[in-house]
Amino acid sequence: MIAEAGLAALWLGAALCALQLVLVVLTLMASKQVRSDVVEGSSEKKRGSEQLGPTGLVGEALELSRAIRPVAVAQGVLTLAAFALLILLFVRVDLSVLLVAQNDHSEKPFLYRFAASWGNHEGSMLMWVAILSIAGAAVALLERRLNERTLIATLGGQSAIGLGFYAFLLFASNPFARLTPPAAEGQGLNPLLQDPGLAFHPPTLYLGYVGLSVAFSFAIGALVTRDVGPAFARAMRPWVLAAWIFLTIGITAGSYWAYYELGWGGWWFWDPVENASLMPWLAATALLHSVTVLATRDGLRAWTVMLGVVAFSMSMVGTFLVRSGILTSVHAFAVDPRRGSFLLALLALYIGGALALFALRIGTVREGSRFDALSREGSLVLNNLLLSVILGIVLVGTLYPLILEGATGEKLSVGPPYFNSAAGPLALILGAAMVAGPLMRWRREDVRPLLKKLAPAAALVIVMLVAVKMAAPTIGILPLLGLGLSAGICLGSIEPLIGRNLRRTPLFTWGMVVAHFGIGIALAGMACDSAFTAERLVAASVGQTVDVGPWRVKLASVTPGFGPNWTSMEGTLEASRSGATTILRPQARYYWAPPTETSESAILTAWNGQLYTVLGAQAGEGRWQLRLWWKPFVTFIWGGGVLVAFGGTLALIGRLRRERRSAKNREAFA
Amino acid sequence: MATRMKAKHQRLTLVLLAVAALIGAALLAMSALKDQAAYFYTPSDVGRDHLPAGRAVRLGGMVTKGSITKLADGVTIRFLVTDGAATVPVRFSGIVPALFKEGSGVVADGRFDSAGLFVADQILAKHDERYMPPQVAGAMHKSASLETDEKAKAVK
Repeated sequence: MIAEAGLAALWLGAALCALQLVLVVLTLMASKQVRSDVVEGSSEKKRGSEQLGPTGLVGEALELSRAIRPVAVAQGVLTLAAFALLILLFVRVDLSVLLVAQNDHSEKPFLYRFAASWGNHEGSMLMWVAILSIAGAAVALLERRLNERTLIATLGGQSAIGLGFYAFLLFASNPFARLTPPAAEGQGLNPLLQDPGLAFHPPTLYLGYVGLSVAFSFAIGALVTRDVGPAFARAMRPWVLAAWIFLTIGITAGSYWAYYELGWGGWWFWDPVENASLMPWLAATALLHSVTVLATRDGLRAWTVMLGVVAFSMSMVGTFLVRSGILTSVHAFAVDPRRGSFLLALLALYIGGALALFALRIGTVREGSRFDALSREGSLVLNNLLLSVILGIVLVGTLYPLILEGATGEKLSVGPPYFNSAAGPLALILGAAMVAGPLMRWRREDVRPLLKKLAPAAALVIVMLVAVKMAAPTIGILPLLGLGLSAGICLGSIEPLIGRNLRRTPLFTWGMVVAHFGIGIALAGMACDSAFTAERLVAASVGQTVDVGPWRVKLASVTPGFGPNWTSMEGTLEASRSGATTILRPQARYYWAPPTETSESAILTAWNGQLYTVLGAQAGEGRWQLRLWWKPFVTFIWGGGVLVAFGGTLALIGRLRRERRSAKNREAFA
Repeated sequence: MATRMKAKHQRLTLVLLAVAALIGAALLAMSALKDQAAYFYTPSDVGRDHLPAGRAVRLGGMVTKGSITKLADGVTIRFLVTDGAATVPVRFSGIVPALFKEGSGVVADGRFDSAGLFVADQILAKHDERYMPPQVAGAMHKSASLETDEKAKAVK
């Protein structure tokens, strides 16, 4: 019965979603005549029209609109319930459900039975739809600042997206399909996914990924009602920020997960699946900066709306790449061409529709305030352009092999050499711009004071470049520049705090400083990892010692072991550096459901880097394959990512607090 | 330096900048693709196309059963990759991915030496035991030796 209840909840949610869309269209049509006198303008001017009614709507429109918020909330609750029921099926290992039989196993630990519910195509699509409708419900419940008509149009956008993905879920990816007769035992979950990372990484990533749908719907809403202005931007900003924080955490966690779980010692592979999460992040980062220009200075109107559309479009492209089965990797469980065409059709419909609406309406959006080329706005335009170009490069590199194969049948792979050489230099320029931007004034900055402010960071970059080049003459150009620049970014990013009363500095300024500082830290980690990693690959007999970097590693023993659903060979390594010895235990594991071997790396984290060890196969004559890496400061990569997300969180709290305070002030005046 | 832009021109300037950025991105991407993309070859393609030695390519196929031999250093292996029609010898130093085994699909990055031996820098583990490079699956299908495909069907 649980499966049937889940399916019913989904159908009901889909019906409410359709109802929501109909209500929105009716409301907007009914209110059109009343509002036709109010053409585009900043919403400050519009405030006068709010006297029409508490919601800015009258008569029939007002009555219709009252139902929209509850419908959106109910829809969110229903899909969440469906998702919870699927999790329940997985935890109970109900083998009469096809999806459970294919991906679950009764001998798996609780955590992996729980997380296996989204470690497969149908389950992850259900999570996708659940987050989409919860995001819509959250907007309906929490958003009070936005002009009511725009909010209604926004909820309409959200339900329009929802409808397509409900259809995809119900017609092409039903997670609740029954299996008759029930299986005797489940087929188990891919052992690479049997890791605590699975419980954490996909939900955070999806929250960010799908959370960006709110930005998309906001953009649609603003285009429909021609309400693109600072008030709109201020309302949109926290939503973008929240999605962006989750996306940042998700990408950082995913990178660390791949790093320790795959046993390849790499932290980013430019895999299409990774790119699928990076592209929305790049677009959301650009959006985050342009929405600030719109909120603070009423500039970059069309640009911000466009980025709102692009950011979630990238999420949908990513969903298509990962979910259509067009790629074959751990994330692409679907090997069903019908799903691919279905998703492609949705993609074309939504992105095409949004762009068409943009083209139709953007002419009526007035140009925002102007600014000098050399100003805070100008630097943010540069930030946006660079991020967009990097996004374009990643998009081309990710899609080109697929398009080429589809068109000519020719196969090629685009890997790290392409992405590093094409996007790397631009990322460094972006890093330099990131130091200069926050030091500029809004509207207009003069060259001399700017150069003066930039001097300390620039001097540090030069000192760093010379020092690194002298210490390591063979270092590559990108890592060298990266290291030099990272020092400059770290110094430059805290410069906006200089001369301010730290206690009275707003929280969102702290957020910016921390996030930018985090980028500097992450860049330092990336550069150190690519420049100074030491690697050894040997077949070692028990008792033998191997040197890697500053470490001396002794293979003390190799012993068999076992876990709840695996057996293993476990190496005991004694790693020593300047006297102190630490034990590391890398494993080669054998899982029996499904039958798979994995290697569990063992990692020693020191203050200045990580010793990464992998035990390979037996090499004959009592020897074992050992692969050892010394990776100086590699932890900075993820530490930086965490700082970026933390900075975002500070900014979000700061913004919400200020909103609340100004809302109170407004009430006090009224 | 900081010349104030004319009112009418600012939006135009921004649009032009965006267009220029897009074109720049496309050009940059295309030129980088030309230099950096590694083409995918099956053993049959290799025999047909006469690849120059030393060019970075990606080789995909199935590991021939019984072909894996270990060299004395304990970390180097040699094996044969086939697509059912042609076969290519491969050498690789490193820890092979867990899913690398005889009779399974494999994708290797590397280059050919002058003797026609493929020296792999990296063997890509596709993290799914059912995975097979699509073009290999296509080639094998014709020779009706697609054991893994049967397994995949049995699952459904």
